[in-house]
Amino acid sequence: MALNRDFVGRTYPASTSYEVSRVKIKEFAAAIGDPNPIYRDPEAARAAGHPDVVAPPTFPIVFTLTGAAEALADPDLRLDFAMVVHGEQRFEYVRPIHAGDELLCESTISEIRSMGRNELLTVTSQVTTLQGEPVCTTYNTLIERGGAK
Amino acid sequence: MGATVKYDEVEIGLQIPAVEYPVHRVNLVMYAGASGDFNPIHWNERHAKAVGLPDVIAHGMFTMSQAGRFVTDWAGDPGALVDYGVRFSSMVVVPDNDEGAVITVSGVVEDKLDDNKVVLSLTARSGDSRVLSKARATVRLA
Repeated sequence: MALNRDFVGRTYPASTSYEVSRVKIKEFAAAIGDPNPIYRDPEAARAAGHPDVVAPPTFPIVFTLTGAAEALADPDLRLDFAMVVHGEQRFEYVRPIHAGDELLCESTISEIRSMGRNELLTVTSQVTTLQGEPVCTTYNTLIERGGAK
Repeated sequence: MGATVKYDEVEIGLQIPAVEYPVHRVNLVMYAGASGDFNPIHWNERHAKAVGLPDVIAHGMFTMSQAGRFVTDWAGDPGALVDYGVRFSSMVVVPDNDEGAVITVSGVVEDKLDDNKVVLSLTARSGDSRVLSKARATVRLA
């Protein structure tokens, strides 16, 4: 069944902030198999001009979907999770995320469209500091296979 | 802070040599834990086959992370990345054996922008499939 277009434009602020820790960055870097010391060693990060260890570029995926998760699970949207695959992903960076950051993420369902037999839904998330300084914007497009039937 | 590659020494068309990144089942289990994406198609062969997949497949974001590492290793600093986007065009199938799968990433400098920025067009393959399409990274060079 087609997705409910009434959801386009709905915004979901994060209920809590996300605290970026050295331990989580190190765990994520290990999981993607990247041995770069800038993700593990504060001295190496500082030598490269960063205040603390920085997060790998794809790290925001850890917390950016949380905001929209509630919306995606809303029965009124009619999204069948069993048929969902990740279609596209994009990150626009204002600055690197580093350990010690406390971040807020506000997610908006920015687009729903049909492509062939599939439904495409894009969630755009604005990541900022608690003071409202922009850190990055992420675009996550999910494909619901067969949803446009 | 910044890249080690110099903008003035990079020309449009510059080819960045391919790098091979191996993937085994344990990597997907680690990625599931670290990312919080526990979709069983990424670790449970029985479930993957039940929903019509050939075998367990890698998280798209795992593949995107390998291509991201290719870019940050080339540029010399993860902080040099300005924009990074991909389309997931095919699956990386990861069999339960000693060989696992291999993701091969290569790149070419597609454009030079102002403010020392360059656009890389990335190619990522696994087996016979091109697993990312429209994969582009904008990097601010020294």
